[in-house]
Amino acid sequence: MRIITYKEAVREAMTEKMREDRTVFLMGEDIGVYGGAFGVSMGMLEEFGPRRVLETPMSEATFTGVGVGAAIMGMRPIVEIMFADFLTFSADQLVNQAAKLRYMTGGQVKVPLVIRAPQGSGTGAAAQHSQNVEAWFFNIPGIKIVAPSNPYDAKGLLKSSIEDDNPVLFLEHKLLYNTKGEVPLEDYRVKIGQSRILKEGSDITVVGSSIMAYRALKAAEQLLDEDSISAEVIDLVTLKPLDVKPIINSIKKTHRLLVVYEGCMTGGIGNEVISRVVESDAFAYLDAPIFRLAGKDVPIPYNRNLEKNAVPQIQDIKDKVKFIVKGGWNA
Amino acid sequence: MLSKETKLQMLEKMMLIRAFEEQAEKLFMKNLVHGTMHLSIGEEAVAVGAIFALDKSDYITSTHRGHGHMIAKGGNIKKMFAEFLGKETGYCHGRGGSMHIADFSLGNLGATGIVGAGIPIATGAALALKMQGSNNIVLCFFGDGASNEGNFFEALNMAAIWKLPEIFLCENNQYAMSSSVKRFVSVPDIADRACAFGVPGVAVDGMDVIAVYEAVKAAVERARSGKGPTLIEAKTYRYKGHSKSDKNLYRTKEEIEQWKKKDPIKTFTERLFELGELSEKELEMIKNKVQTTISEGVEFAITSKEPDPDTVEKYVYAEEGEKE
Repeated sequence: MRIITYKEAVREAMTEKMREDRTVFLMGEDIGVYGGAFGVSMGMLEEFGPRRVLETPMSEATFTGVGVGAAIMGMRPIVEIMFADFLTFSADQLVNQAAKLRYMTGGQVKVPLVIRAPQGSGTGAAAQHSQNVEAWFFNIPGIKIVAPSNPYDAKGLLKSSIEDDNPVLFLEHKLLYNTKGEVPLEDYRVKIGQSRILKEGSDITVVGSSIMAYRALKAAEQLLDEDSISAEVIDLVTLKPLDVKPIINSIKKTHRLLVVYEGCMTGGIGNEVISRVVESDAFAYLDAPIFRLAGKDVPIPYNRNLEKNAVPQIQDIKDKVKFIVKGGWNA
Repeated sequence: MLSKETKLQMLEKMMLIRAFEEQAEKLFMKNLVHGTMHLSIGEEAVAVGAIFALDKSDYITSTHRGHGHMIAKGGNIKKMFAEFLGKETGYCHGRGGSMHIADFSLGNLGATGIVGAGIPIATGAALALKMQGSNNIVLCFFGDGASNEGNFFEALNMAAIWKLPEIFLCENNQYAMSSSVKRFVSVPDIADRACAFGVPGVAVDGMDVIAVYEAVKAAVERARSGKGPTLIEAKTYRYKGHSKSDKNLYRTKEEIEQWKKKDPIKTFTERLFELGELSEKELEMIKNKVQTTISEGVEFAITSKEPDPDTVEKYVYAEEGEKE
């Protein structure tokens, strides 16, 4: 099968949707000749022109709202926020407008808006350009949140997000942009609202999303080779609405659960995964306490080693899995 | 030139807005209202003058003080009262209340309770109209308070650089809650803020429905012909408090009385009499018509059912294949 990067997959999804649907357009800062801060939209200006690859002034709060206004008028805007950290500017339009308009008006309107934003640490960009922002929007009713971990999901999910009649926050990860994976040439979709088993295993269930699903998968492969530990890795894919059914089923097989997330430990998305497991019949199957591995409760630091120590790395996941499987918690 | 018929319709709309809000206040005093309300009594000329300058197929965005906008745009009084009382038959099925009344079929794209947040939405709607090759325009209502929000400046800049078919209509009612424009706005005329964006700015007497109409009409022509936005500041006054909690501690009775002398309904009625375009009989007919509409609206709202509490999760998301 054809191999492309995560970044190319995002671009392909936008390009193909814009070719088939005149209501789809891209707007954001420096998305034209510059190609966006990470080059995701490189070349799209040439194909679609400045009206459909619409460059905006540096007014995130307002152009997010412009996206909302265009969406309620029958367009399907894709709004690129250069760094997910800048979503603080967009927060009112996303939280109080996009997410609530349908409800407040008793179902009179649909808001088919996609907000694309790259998040996460590992690039040395320090505290204001590196945060994992999933939890900020996780408890906002009326929006959906997706966070693909690989090129296949990135393309299929972005098409589904553009076609969705609700506001979708599409969180990309900067460290994944140049990762490669199989992406078919044929048209396909990845459904919003479905988590997926990335690797089957029998000793422990490891749950993650985005960069953490990627790292969990790497960790699981190494654990099998090095320690003969068989970890089942589940990628949440969609954060909201959360699909915990495959996790519950997996625990019934593995009897152990580790939830990994990049955002700060306190109030992070992993906590909701755990709550739902605890409330389910899977709880009775557990042979060990449930553990979390998450970002430390710190702003992301600049120094390479400090930065690495702020969020879970592959080695951290391996160590935690061994600790759980070997009963270290019971010592 | 406006025809006599149109002028009488304008008078009727202003009287209907006033009667709706006076009735709303009565319902509130009778404890029939769960939430709050923001009355625009005194400001009727702005809503009516502006909306009469639009085509029926044009769009507006409204504010927390939005009853007048909705009524001027042709809003259904029954559904408005029902929403005010939180009934299932209301515009928003009791989910929005007084502050969020919208009617997309009439081109009212919604009323926001976040001051200034409707401005980018109006700009986005105008962008969509331009992209779709439509001849329609969007008129965005906001207040003097919102003219201090960053959204206002950012959106005015965007509408200007893209020459969007949009009108920025600032209803300057002198107070953002208790904060006087004299203390919190850096210039005597909010309209002057337009010059920073290379956009025409027009200050107009917001107590004079014809003056508002004419200012907006010129802006409509400009917007429709692709020349871009205009900022209009209509200077007006709210007689009532900001909301139910207001004790009017920040202004004097004398000030309120001074503005009441310029009452938009009273002065317009007098002008129509002078012009010989309104007779006592016609005025009586309008009053009766308004009263009937209000009575029927209240009756409908009071006798309507409450929403089923079990439907609380309805309308959060648009579902696939869902019928509107």
